[in-house]
Amino acid sequence: MSTNTPALGKISVVTGRAAALDIANLDTDQIMPKQFLRGIDKAGLAQGLFYDLRYDGEGHARADCALHRPGFAGVNVLFAAANYGCGSSREHAVWGMQQYGFEAVVAPSFGEIFYSNAINNRLLPAMVAEADAQAFLHEAAASDGPLAVEVDVARLQVRTPGHRAPFTLSERHQRMFLEGLDVIGASLAYAPQIAAFAQAHWQREPWVRDVARGVRDRLAASPGC
Amino acid sequence: MSAPRTLYRKLVESHTVAALDAQNVLLFCDLHLMNEYTSPQAFAGLHAAGRGVSLPGQNVAVVSHIIPTHPVRHRVIQDPPSALQAANLQANCERHGIPLFGTNDPLQGIEHVVAPEHGMVRPGMVILCGDSHTTTYGALGALGFGIGTSEVEHVLATQTLVYRLAQDMRIRVDGQLPPGTTAKDLVLHIIRRIGAQGARGYVVEFCGTAIEALSVEARFTLCNMAVEAGARGALIAPDAEALRYVLERAPDLAGELRAPALAHWATLHSDAGAHFDAEHRFDASGVAPHVTWGTSPDQALAVTDVVPRPQDLPGGAERESAERALRYTGLRPGEPIEGVAVQHVFIGSCTNARIEDLREVDRVAAGRRVAPGVRAMVVPGSGAVKRQAEAEGIARRLQAAGFEWRQPGCSMCLAMNDDVLAPGQRCASTTNRNFEGRQGRGAITHLMSPAMAAAAAVTGHITDVRRLESFA
Repeated sequence: MSTNTPALGKISVVTGRAAALDIANLDTDQIMPKQFLRGIDKAGLAQGLFYDLRYDGEGHARADCALHRPGFAGVNVLFAAANYGCGSSREHAVWGMQQYGFEAVVAPSFGEIFYSNAINNRLLPAMVAEADAQAFLHEAAASDGPLAVEVDVARLQVRTPGHRAPFTLSERHQRMFLEGLDVIGASLAYAPQIAAFAQAHWQREPWVRDVARGVRDRLAASPGC
Repeated sequence: MSAPRTLYRKLVESHTVAALDAQNVLLFCDLHLMNEYTSPQAFAGLHAAGRGVSLPGQNVAVVSHIIPTHPVRHRVIQDPPSALQAANLQANCERHGIPLFGTNDPLQGIEHVVAPEHGMVRPGMVILCGDSHTTTYGALGALGFGIGTSEVEHVLATQTLVYRLAQDMRIRVDGQLPPGTTAKDLVLHIIRRIGAQGARGYVVEFCGTAIEALSVEARFTLCNMAVEAGARGALIAPDAEALRYVLERAPDLAGELRAPALAHWATLHSDAGAHFDAEHRFDASGVAPHVTWGTSPDQALAVTDVVPRPQDLPGGAERESAERALRYTGLRPGEPIEGVAVQHVFIGSCTNARIEDLREVDRVAAGRRVAPGVRAMVVPGSGAVKRQAEAEGIARRLQAAGFEWRQPGCSMCLAMNDDVLAPGQRCASTTNRNFEGRQGRGAITHLMSPAMAAAAAVTGHITDVRRLESFA
């Protein structure tokens, strides 16, 4: 059983080899199908990654899958198409990519929740311009083996033998990669402000205080439930 | 005078504990909903770090996704890992004093159906859940959106979220939806036009006469599916209809809190002159019943249309996506979508499993029977919806017409329980996602309204529901 809290170290550059999946709107149902979401921990998700793309109905590896081409074992960067990771909020999609070995995804756009999940787990989502994404996807398609790649967090740049391009990452997110940051710990430093905010908020809107417990208790007390 | 603000900005500002930088705020959360499959690792992380739950009374959990829907009185989850998820959720809730709707709770259901129907959702709230369809609550003027498990852990520990601000989009829909069309047809029409990432980065405020004319339940459907256009939230300024819905479900607001609540809720609208970063306009009178033909919710068309020919589409990603989708759905370019045979009909999900949806199904199915060779399942959104439908005779009539009447849950919307389609099965579905494999590996999903799904059930193929009804 794997641990639930991966060590979130500092990452300044991801160096390695890339595969490409040129499929627009590649949703998190395809990244991590439902049958792999039944755990109460994060274990065993590498097997489920892109399962229907990687395996046929009988469970045999599909040779036509980009990740199964000769020489592609051990890739750690993915070039993807627009709106990568749209759909379901399941963080298992990010955990599965990391367990498979991915450290970065380069795409022109990401599903919003996937993007936050990736940041929170330090899977680097490198958002590049559409034309640059196309250039990388074409370079990958023309290559027999995985592309050598560097995704440079400090310089916000993606580099392959044939192309280099800037990518977008907010200052806060960049710092999360470069410096490492316990986000919950940092927010807990605001505990006094949160408590003061809550008191003032409930003064203004008392009907939202304990709203979940209040409603649940009322329902439990009412006949017919 | 302060500058005019959008409703979205008002909600963010009224929940901002601290500005972290120009793009991020620490956002207070009024209501945090949890389910059994996206919360376990959050609790585990919390426990590993030795942290507690900050404000348990602002949290609630519902067993929803993995629960079987077989029509038995006492439900037993046979699948061991799923049973463990349900037991684990219960243990976590007991440990931290978090309210729970458990497996055999008579009010159990889909989180996004259960929370609003009992008055937990109130205008002006910020509502988070480890589920992308949390955008639903915009229908009542509450800012809701989905979060990941790391963020679930953050909310448990702090009752706040580190929140990246979104941009403002307004979608104005005027005109009147024609007979035979619903909010589902409208939202599929909108998503088709603006695309699966057309609202990415935005919180969308819906307005206009067509929106005002929608019932609250129809507004849930609309806001629920805004996420299928990539939206980070959806909002509708609460009007008298929305307030009536809330007050009917909030007896605690019957007394002295009623006046201040109403006074506060009256401020929940975008100010005149407020700036929107993007705007779209639609005419509801031009909306036809819609059906999806592909594997993304924006691959939709009017039921009177033919399946697109990829060569007619602009080159590049859109054409490639269409070719890929048609290979999966097995439809022929240029064939009419109406008449495509289905083997399964699924009526359910947080999009379309409320009482009004089931009344629509009942109305279309009246005097008809499920077509031979079709399996039609009705999965009510919650125990309360189920009981209401039974009291109205809907359950009895649908069963007599050949529909299966099931227990509540998410069921075949995402097929995490044992309601899974076999490869090649084609399903008319009232759900929200037609992704490859969503309802089962190799299974094909056609999204549509409850009335359209009922029409497919009784004819055995995709059918323009307007053929079956007189709209005099």
